[in-house]
Amino acid sequence: MSGNMNITLKVWRQKNKSDAGRFETYQAKHISPDMSFLEMMDVMNEQLIKDGKDPVAFDHDCREGICGMCSMYINGRAHGPNKGVTTCQLHMRSFKSGDTIVVEPWRASAFPVLKDLIVDRAAFDRIQQAGGFVGINTGSAPDANSIPIQKHLAEEAFNAAACIGCGACVAACKNSSAMLFMSAKVSQYALLPQGQPERKLRVLNMMKAHEEAGFGACTNTEACEAECPKGISVTNIARLNRDFVAASFTGE
Amino acid sequence: MQDFADSIAIKVKFVLPKLLGASKCYNLIMNKFFEFLNSSVGRKWLMALTGLFLCLFVVVHMSGNLALFKSDGGLAFNQYAVFMTTFPPIKVVSYINYALILLHALNGFYLVYRNKKARPVKYEGKKDNGPVSWSSRNMGLLGSILFVFIILHMGNFWREFHFSPMEVLRYTTNGVTGETQIAAIPYEQFVGPKHYYENGNEIVIVKNLYGEVAEAFTSPLYVLFYVISMFALSFHLMHGFQSAFQTLGIRAQNFKGIIQGIGTAVFGVLIPLLFAAMPVYFLFFK
Repeated sequence: MSGNMNITLKVWRQKNKSDAGRFETYQAKHISPDMSFLEMMDVMNEQLIKDGKDPVAFDHDCREGICGMCSMYINGRAHGPNKGVTTCQLHMRSFKSGDTIVVEPWRASAFPVLKDLIVDRAAFDRIQQAGGFVGINTGSAPDANSIPIQKHLAEEAFNAAACIGCGACVAACKNSSAMLFMSAKVSQYALLPQGQPERKLRVLNMMKAHEEAGFGACTNTEACEAECPKGISVTNIARLNRDFVAASFTGE
Repeated sequence: MQDFADSIAIKVKFVLPKLLGASKCYNLIMNKFFEFLNSSVGRKWLMALTGLFLCLFVVVHMSGNLALFKSDGGLAFNQYAVFMTTFPPIKVVSYINYALILLHALNGFYLVYRNKKARPVKYEGKKDNGPVSWSSRNMGLLGSILFVFIILHMGNFWREFHFSPMEVLRYTTNGVTGETQIAAIPYEQFVGPKHYYENGNEIVIVKNLYGEVAEAFTSPLYVLFYVISMFALSFHLMHGFQSAFQTLGIRAQNFKGIIQGIGTAVFGVLIPLLFAAMPVYFLFFK
């Protein structure tokens, strides 16, 4: 077809955790501009399989922009050049035919590369497990409106809860810091009455998990906010800082 | 005597364990404090608090230095230098200031090291930084320039003023006409700064730091280095001032604009500009 594109891809290939890794150059031919970036990767992989080569491994799941699984660093940007979208929602019309696109995995010592473009984001799970929960009574479900919550706080909490844990904040941060992720997870509970019982312990334990994973510290460059596909605000980081200091000096 | 021995025994038996208990509590608090300080937020708090103190210092230093622009043969500036180095509260604050500069720098270097370690493999793709400011990405570099500047600056003016022989001037201001006469005094006769009145004249005897400053600023290379360092100061504070408030968790929407405004106008432009104006003024207009 006439409108189709030919793309040169410079892709990071790495066999496993211990492999040093290197860039390989591939051609993706006859790509429809309406394909998503992942569909373009699928087409390229089909060709690699036909040629008897190892296809490029990458993470993906829902392909609807809500699961947080896809994780490519495209042309120096987490999730590519467009604002507020994940890689699966990035379409080839955002590029020009003949472009060379550099595709890399998230780079962070806390996110070791497992294979090619797949990184191990278990460090996020450990942060979440350290404090991303609330204690509730078992038994019959309580009435939904029994606890009054101010509208603007509910909105703020929802905005924080929009975090899909994709790790773009870590990838975009020059320090590979997970402050934006952690602050979203802290804020979504800290803003609501249900989150108050564990508020201090939560932030202390999450911070501990953050440090142990080897993420960097925050320099307030706000690159994370600019790259976050869900538009999580760095206001949450200010809240995290306040809560952490309060918990450090007044917690048990 | 018996009573005294008893009271000692009671103290050993009852009070000592309590004191030990208290020290245990003290240890616990200190452990918690150091655990906090070693966390990334704690270290950033340290950067923010020391940084804001240094911002305050820069304001004071700059306003004092404005005396350099006075055409009085250096009288006001030399008196200001004496005041800063002899007035006890200022002396205490200045030593705290030296310590905080060192703490800010060492903690900064450590943070750079730790943050670099968090990304062992760099990206290949050309980075598009979007709305991210250049200052915020280069605080370590800017801070290093300022650290070198401070060391040379202190080695130059501070060390010479404190430890080196230097020209001593005697300013005699006529009480009636207000005219000031300046005369040099041999360094060997100098026994410390003096300020007194004699026959209706105001007499001030001081080391001529003003002369040292004027002389240093005759070197175009030094002036260039000074001006470059003030650019570094501008960019460092442009990000640093407002970033400190974010780190401290002070970020209400309406407050944010005020902080950014002060950070840019006062610390990013006004103060570095006035500092840089001093060597330029001496090089070209003196």
